[in-house]
Amino acid sequence: MLLIPCPHCGVRPENEFRYGGEAHIARPSRPDDLGDQQWADYLYMRTNTKGVHFERWRHIHGCARFFNCVRDTVSDRILETYPIGASAPGAAS
Amino acid sequence: MNDSRTETGGRIDRSRPVEFTFDGERLKGFAGDTLASALIANGVHLVGRSFKYHRPRGFLSAGAEEPNALVHVDRGGGRETPNLRATTIELYEGLATTSQNRWPSLAFDLGEAANYLSPLIPAGFYYKSFMWPRSFWRHVYEPAIRRRAGLGVAPKSADPDRYLHRYVHCDVLVVGGGPAGLAAAIAASEAGARVILCDEQAEFGGALLHETRGTIAGQTVADLVIEAVATLAGRDRVRLLPRTTAFGYYADNLVCLAERITDHLADPDPELPRERIWQVRAREVILATGAIERPLVFPENDRPGIMLADAARTYLNRYGVRAGKRTVILTAGDSAYRAALDLHEAGVEVVAIADLRASPDGTDVAAARAAGITVMPSTTINGTLGRMRVKAVDLGMIEADGKVGGGERVPCDLVLMSGGFTPSVHLFSQSRGRLAFDAGLNAFVPGKPVQRQHSAGASAGAFETEACLADGYAAGEAAARAARGEPVSRLRAPASRDARHAGYAGMAPSQRSERGVKAFVDFQHDVTAKDIKLAAREGFRSIEHVKRYTTTGMATDQGKTSNINALAIVAEAVGKPVPAVGLTSFRPPYTPVTFGAIAGASRGDLFDPVRRTPIHDWAAEQGAAFEDVGLWKRAWYFPKAGEDIHKAVARECQAVRDAVGIFDASTLGKIEIVGPDAAEFMNRLYINAWTKLEPGRCRYGVMLTEAGFIMDDGVIGRIAPDRFHVTTTTGGAPRVLHHMEDYLQTEFPELKVWLTSTTEQWAVIAVQGRHAREVIAPLVEDIDISAEAMPHMSVRSGKIAGVPTRLFRVSFSGELGFEINVPASAGRAVWEKVFASGERFGITPYGTETMHVLRAEKGYIIVGQETDGTMTPDDVGLAGMVGKAKPDFVGKRSLVRPDMLKANRKQLVGLKALDASIVLEEGAQIVADPHVPVPVPMIGHVTSSYWSPSLQHGIALALVAGGRARMGQRLFVPMPTRMIEVEVVDPVFLDKEGTRLNG
Repeated sequence: MLLIPCPHCGVRPENEFRYGGEAHIARPSRPDDLGDQQWADYLYMRTNTKGVHFERWRHIHGCARFFNCVRDTVSDRILETYPIGASAPGAAS
Repeated sequence: MNDSRTETGGRIDRSRPVEFTFDGERLKGFAGDTLASALIANGVHLVGRSFKYHRPRGFLSAGAEEPNALVHVDRGGGRETPNLRATTIELYEGLATTSQNRWPSLAFDLGEAANYLSPLIPAGFYYKSFMWPRSFWRHVYEPAIRRRAGLGVAPKSADPDRYLHRYVHCDVLVVGGGPAGLAAAIAASEAGARVILCDEQAEFGGALLHETRGTIAGQTVADLVIEAVATLAGRDRVRLLPRTTAFGYYADNLVCLAERITDHLADPDPELPRERIWQVRAREVILATGAIERPLVFPENDRPGIMLADAARTYLNRYGVRAGKRTVILTAGDSAYRAALDLHEAGVEVVAIADLRASPDGTDVAAARAAGITVMPSTTINGTLGRMRVKAVDLGMIEADGKVGGGERVPCDLVLMSGGFTPSVHLFSQSRGRLAFDAGLNAFVPGKPVQRQHSAGASAGAFETEACLADGYAAGEAAARAARGEPVSRLRAPASRDARHAGYAGMAPSQRSERGVKAFVDFQHDVTAKDIKLAAREGFRSIEHVKRYTTTGMATDQGKTSNINALAIVAEAVGKPVPAVGLTSFRPPYTPVTFGAIAGASRGDLFDPVRRTPIHDWAAEQGAAFEDVGLWKRAWYFPKAGEDIHKAVARECQAVRDAVGIFDASTLGKIEIVGPDAAEFMNRLYINAWTKLEPGRCRYGVMLTEAGFIMDDGVIGRIAPDRFHVTTTTGGAPRVLHHMEDYLQTEFPELKVWLTSTTEQWAVIAVQGRHAREVIAPLVEDIDISAEAMPHMSVRSGKIAGVPTRLFRVSFSGELGFEINVPASAGRAVWEKVFASGERFGITPYGTETMHVLRAEKGYIIVGQETDGTMTPDDVGLAGMVGKAKPDFVGKRSLVRPDMLKANRKQLVGLKALDASIVLEEGAQIVADPHVPVPVPMIGHVTSSYWSPSLQHGIALALVAGGRARMGQRLFVPMPTRMIEVEVVDPVFLDKEGTRLNG
């Protein structure tokens, strides 16, 4: 069970959290302007990264807030977490 | 009585004799014995039958790695445990044990026929046989295989014992209490660290407990252990956990320990739990898990009386038991010479030490020679004799060219083997550390750890006591420093890896051809060297494939004694070095863990939380039957005397349609949405338009996923311009709130809205039927509930029965209806007052089954029943609700993707069987023409189906491809015994105009 540093609460065990999929996929502001393929890409296509992956978690049994997380999918190590709205840390990208 | 027990010596308590039984026979041992040592003391070597061939088996080892000696322990009262290793069971007065996998008895086992049929059942025979005829698999082969499979028999009654879980943190967790672990714990605690030291055995000391030779700094080994344990016990920052196995190593230094608390006690305090699982989060972990001796693979190496050399030494030095009278030793390393010396001094006749090496030398070898023991270099064993106990071995001389010749036949009753030691790297590997092959040791040793961890002692390849003590102490110091945050290296200089212990891996040289020879690699799963070579010949190259094909290493011992030998045999067969063949993964648990311990307190009433509504007890008092909906208990129907579900539901439906019914809807999910941007938030999350909905009005809302599919629905009331009372499906509330929070926090953070789950705060009492208004009227204050003032789909705040309420005029039955929301604490009181007020109208309580029938008669969908995650609003006939003028809402763009607009999508329709008495089966498939050749295209399925008491015929809702264009068509529902012809009809079966609910 991972230890996950919630940016708002501190380090907590994994079972207080819920995974939230890949991070930094902004919902298009005007979906109607997108073609079918572009919209399908937004809906379904994800990077499936091997290595450093930017993803969302929610501290659902704690502060209930979503946050972003940088995790290495090979070692399953969490490298960094940061609040929603903050830009992706350059060091890890 | 035999003279297996020595006169003095060992750690047993000779002043405390203990009586126990094995297969019904009463035997005696001493406190401090294991079942294994006590059986050997009684001259019992035959203890089990092997898995596949039912060959007689004895003890291979003296520890947790034991593959053969598995027994069933019955403590009475349902306290039964199969497959326990006799080598780890502590003896207590009255211990009752039985052997396994034999019938009718251990000495006369009919299953042994398999041994003589073995040419017919090679590796992978499951995959080669039992193929034809196909129908035989299910009725003949599989039941027969299942009867024969497995070792022990699972207990049939519930386990009466208690099990607990504990969660702890520490600075340094030390796994293993041998020389390295003891030294590590002393060093770490000396440096001020909070230490937990666990060991699977009853006593700390590990291999030191059977070391009687030599001194350490002037102290005997036994005294050293006593002093070390006393030192640790005196430190209040040290927690000692004996009888505690570290069985799993997980991410971020979470290590799970299983502590056995009462299994060794004859009469345990009933207040004590049987076992306790410790979930330890350690800053630093020290793995001092020791090493396991490797068997040698030679023909017939599995007879009772053939065991590991270190095991015989353990039985002698620790338990005061001679494992035989006359022994031949086969070795490839020096440690067996110490066993030979100890046995020789205890009066066991050591006939010869056969050594696979050409020129063994060194102090141990010299000492054996000096004691007069015959040492035979370049010697192997070509075979053994003896059915229930080894009687003799055939020695073989290894020539200079590697060929093996014949040799003397030597009578004996004990054969000891030593192929060197395999470091126990199971937990290191579980922690995701990469192993490194040490060719000098013929073994895998820990590489660089990936967690905050150190390996020490024999598990890191140091096999001599002094080296283990020094390595452990260094690891303990380093761990304590690292726990304080100081930088340390977690990979110390390699411990002195002593080539005298390199041993041997693979099939030992033998004169005999492979044919008909059983040289066992995996004793518990009966895998021989021949099986593994066969797998290699058949094309299996990866060790992972060989493992699964031959099942080597897959028994309950997880290959603790067999993996390296299997690997070496594969490597030789495919002509690759061992590291290139790789190593199979080590997975938790290290040794088997009881299901009781894993479950802990989570059983019976505590297995799963149960949610009950405030009105639950009233329903229970009325004799309601309940159904589980998620975690909720919901009243299903209220049977009167003599009624079955059909009669009760028919009566309840009739009551609602003709008079009035009362229904507990408290389980509905509820979310309060508040804030200046509440309406805008609702606009974005639901398909409907909300801006123009006036306070005091309600609307049926539908929520989509971004992919355009219906995810939830419910009636939503606007309480104030900035406040919505949202209801969700019973099971959907957490999912809906999570979905809303996701958008609010991550996509629309600029909206000023607050979301609060209020499911548990409101009790909801639905009063449905033509008399609903008259029933509640006498109780309502401050609200005009007349038809004019409070039309269908409106909500008012006021009081009912003196309690604040949000009163909804809504209907899920098609009748005039109200849903009374009151604070949960007042739920039952208000319910009883409403019920009393309704009695003059014959108010009838109804359950979820009647609710379902009533809503199906009206064609109202249930999300999850009429929808399956691929249905759009148009599919279920709700296209008209979509707020077309809204620029955007979640899922809107997806509704115009090409697939969503296809004419042939499945659509909600009603079905009526031509034979009106038929109630279709939910889930049944629908075809257009049953006469076309199979496979007949299936065009839809039945989603809901009930007998309608009001209409006196069966009604069904269904999803049918292009369904709305098929109104009036005849379709077919094929069932196993008949073909049912149905007509496609409107899904609203009753009161399409809505005169009832607008009444």
